[in-house]
Amino acid sequence: MNWTWLHKFASPPHAYRLAGRLAPWVGWPAFALIVVGLYGGFVLAPPDYQQGEGFRILYVHAPSAWMSMFVYATMAVAAAIGLVWRIKLAHAVAAASAPIGAWFTFAALATGSLWGKPMWGTWWVWDARLTSELILLFLYLGYMALRASIDDRDRADRASAVLAVVGVVNLPVIHYSVFWWNTLHQGATISKIGKPSITGDMLWPLLTMFLAFTLYYGAVMLVRLRAEILRRERDATWLREELRL
Amino acid sequence: MTRTPASAMLLMYRRDLVLAFRHWDQIAQPVVFFAMVTTLFPLAISPELGQLRELAGGILWVAALLAALLGLEFLFRADHADGTLEQMMISGQPLALLAIAKGAAHWTACGLPLVLVSPLLAVSLGVPGAALCTVVVSLALGTGILSALGAIGAALTLGLRRGSVLLSLLVLPLAMPALIFGARAIDMAIRGEEAGGPLLLLAAMLVLAMTLAPLAIAAALRISAE
Repeated sequence: MNWTWLHKFASPPHAYRLAGRLAPWVGWPAFALIVVGLYGGFVLAPPDYQQGEGFRILYVHAPSAWMSMFVYATMAVAAAIGLVWRIKLAHAVAAASAPIGAWFTFAALATGSLWGKPMWGTWWVWDARLTSELILLFLYLGYMALRASIDDRDRADRASAVLAVVGVVNLPVIHYSVFWWNTLHQGATISKIGKPSITGDMLWPLLTMFLAFTLYYGAVMLVRLRAEILRRERDATWLREELRL
Repeated sequence: MTRTPASAMLLMYRRDLVLAFRHWDQIAQPVVFFAMVTTLFPLAISPELGQLRELAGGILWVAALLAALLGLEFLFRADHADGTLEQMMISGQPLALLAIAKGAAHWTACGLPLVLVSPLLAVSLGVPGAALCTVVVSLALGTGILSALGAIGAALTLGLRRGSVLLSLLVLPLAMPALIFGARAIDMAIRGEEAGGPLLLLAAMLVLAMTLAPLAIAAALRISAE
């Protein structure tokens, strides 16, 4: 099989241009979907029979929690690709993703805490999902700290990639051990495939928000990827020509 | 002369133990640290044994975890500094197996002493005699898991500035599942319940860590030693 297309795809100049061209095509739909999803969630959806208006934070909380795991998985896959095939662009994708994932994790924790105060009567409980989300935040912070403390770029890339892969192998273990340890969090709302325990009026804005957040991650990642490529290739001739310096 | 991997592992293990026992202070320090951290809790909480007994599982585990972290930093440092690590890599022996031997030696020198003094500290926290066996088994399994996971962190942070803080930051989140089941096993034994379940889960984690961690350690060592 001919793999030249892959090498072309992974070359920094091509990736830089492609990311620049794709970013608005992902970013604007993300923006539009966030507006639609938030309007649907905050205005159109009926109040919950038990939690009243308070449940509406779900529309930010659940997609953030989903993204915190999705971004980690993406980061680990990119890191593994970079490690195995030595593709520098994959490492750049992982490096660009980590802070976004950490912020999504933080957002999930913060909105969960705001939600917990009126519903459970406390800002923080040592509940299984909250705790495993917190451990996930620590994993992100460890990844970024390791990357930041290695000066040599190549070593930083590969060492943090090993850590990301180790982390992703550990995530299920952490998740289930914390789950057996303690649980108070309400059951998952839409993972019950077929018959979700939520009405259609409430569901469609939520699904819209999931899609919107995923696209938003895509857009921010592309922008950050461009910045990452600029940083890595700052001495390259193609970049001078590209920027007409 | 070529050696089989098994004999190379045995040599590595013996060499590391000899080196460790020549620097006996490195073996003694984590044990003293373990005893000291355990002493902090009665001072900070209450000298009342009934109350301490409730917390004993958690106190012993947290103290042992921190004490075991102390020794990790030195796991590969000397070998990295004097070039032994490069020799290990070009020796033709599988690096992952040598990493297992080094991890095992580290556990014998750093983890095992903690396990051996743990009954004494447990009794001082009011743990009943019947639960001491669980304390020993859970800490033996737990320090083993920590040696395996910690070796990954030690290999990744090799030769970095402020490596020790970073090492704890990397290793502690990964070690949390072990903490959960280890402390729970002790807790259950203190209440007179059957603690087999959490201990078996700990053993499963140890097997998983011993199987996969050497590969990650070897990869990390290759990256760090370049």
